[in-house]
Amino acid sequence: MTEYNPMELLISLASRLMEDGTSAFIGTGVPMLAAVLAKKTHAPNLAPVFEFGGLGSPLNELPLGVGGSRSFHRALAASSITDVMEAAARGHIEFGFLGGAQIDMYGNLNSTILGDDYANPKVRLPGSGGANDIGSLCWRTISLVPHQKRKYTAKLDFLTTPGYLTGPGSREAAGLPPGTGPYRVVSNLGIMGFDDESKRMKLLAVNTGVTVQDVIDNTGFEMLIADDVYTTEEPTAEELKILRTEVDPKGYYLK
Amino acid sequence: MEIIEEGQAPLFIKPDPDGDRAFIRKNKSFVLKDKLMSEQEAISKFVKDGDYFATELYGFVRAPMSLCREIVRQKKRNLKTAGQGVMELDIMIAEGCITGIDQTYLGYEVYGISPILRRAAEKQIPVRLEFTDWSNAALAWRLKAAALGVPFIAVRTMMGTDTLKHSAAKVVKDPFTGQPVTLLPATMVDVGLIHVHRADKYGNCQIDGISGFAYEMARASKRLIISADEIVDTEEIRKYPDRTIIPYYLVDAVVHAPLGAHPGDMCYQYWRDEAHLAEYVEAGKSVETIESYLNKYIHGVKNHAEYIELCGGEEMIKKLREEATQR
Repeated sequence: MTEYNPMELLISLASRLMEDGTSAFIGTGVPMLAAVLAKKTHAPNLAPVFEFGGLGSPLNELPLGVGGSRSFHRALAASSITDVMEAAARGHIEFGFLGGAQIDMYGNLNSTILGDDYANPKVRLPGSGGANDIGSLCWRTISLVPHQKRKYTAKLDFLTTPGYLTGPGSREAAGLPPGTGPYRVVSNLGIMGFDDESKRMKLLAVNTGVTVQDVIDNTGFEMLIADDVYTTEEPTAEELKILRTEVDPKGYYLK
Repeated sequence: MEIIEEGQAPLFIKPDPDGDRAFIRKNKSFVLKDKLMSEQEAISKFVKDGDYFATELYGFVRAPMSLCREIVRQKKRNLKTAGQGVMELDIMIAEGCITGIDQTYLGYEVYGISPILRRAAEKQIPVRLEFTDWSNAALAWRLKAAALGVPFIAVRTMMGTDTLKHSAAKVVKDPFTGQPVTLLPATMVDVGLIHVHRADKYGNCQIDGISGFAYEMARASKRLIISADEIVDTEEIRKYPDRTIIPYYLVDAVVHAPLGAHPGDMCYQYWRDEAHLAEYVEAGKSVETIESYLNKYIHGVKNHAEYIELCGGEEMIKKLREEATQR
């Protein structure tokens, strides 16, 4: 058994959720590493989309930014932010990968401020960037949020990016395209989905060595638990080798 | 139209298509005029204290860094901006140039959150920054609305979120479908800054690789300053007119800025200067160290050429060109 760190686990889990032959909006950080790993393993025909216009790059090298040269290196198109965002608005883009400092039980995300006073925040975070657009317009979004009680919170300090908002029907009532919304949440403890009826977050799988109770203890809201919680597969030796030697040999994220 | 929800944030720049038309008729021209000038001249001529300006693409990628450093050097004050940025806006915040920001993202990507933005937002250091928040596409679409010559554009993002509440967007009942739709106000900015791969002296511009939001911004700027890595003869432009993403009549100034996006990445030409970026990220951690950085790399040099020399000159350029992403 090869040792791995939590970051490598998160990347491996996210990577496996990227389906071959589909399109995915890729944000900065873990989603980029996951996309590169997916392209080099099970999803060579994944079309990565980057918000400043890169589309369909083979991702031979890890992009360091959503607009950098590598986001469109040997790509099929190098267009513009309006072009790719409008593609999402028309319903072309299947998956969107998101991160955030906080997530609630409906999969809403915060990446704007911590604290309860917008004018005097405790912490000013970077802001929405493309997250709100991706969360509004892609068919299915997958969020990557490390599992801590303060991050999986009952109440967000700021709702930056829409999940299921306040529950069933609320996205549509707000005017967001029907049939869109959060699909999975990946953490160092496991994989969550959303209950079809209540649209609330539901634990589907735990990672090796993690119990359902661990997830409950590290979640700040009542987590629904699937009847048949399974254990995820650990990163394989092959995945780890590719990650360390091909995806991020300089250790931007892995070290 | 029935208004369902209104963002509560101030509108830094009010849509005024008729005013913009009048400005354009008076100030823009199809006469082929040599617009080459230095950074110093372009910024002092076209950027005034209190202006709303915008930059494209962003600080680690094809950003007009030499122009932004000149804004810092000239200590412009009370500027408002559309905050899709990394280092280009960060240095102006550190200098105290910016007091209002239509924010979508300001951070360092792989290097994390900007401590300079945090000090300004949380402790009003060096000056108070007024924020509004928007999505990334929203800021681009606001430029698109101005480019269309209309006061607003209808889109389907930001609805149901605090991002909308802290913007100046409005959600209305669409008269065609009866569904809620977001209206984004147009931003015709006072001055736009765009760095391109090549331009002629009149301002006809070509960009390689992704065009970010250059197309929209060039058409949504009352004054447009172009910096270009290379100045080419107009004959080159005429050979490939299909590649002119920004035609000259939109442009007010053309600045020749070799390595103008340094320390960022310029596709097919030079790679980002990772050592310099790391030095910058480290410097940002305290008020004292960022002041030293600004003093050394901006105030301590007269112009872009001196800055490039200070950063390693020919040797540095050679290395970054070798590392550039190839076609």
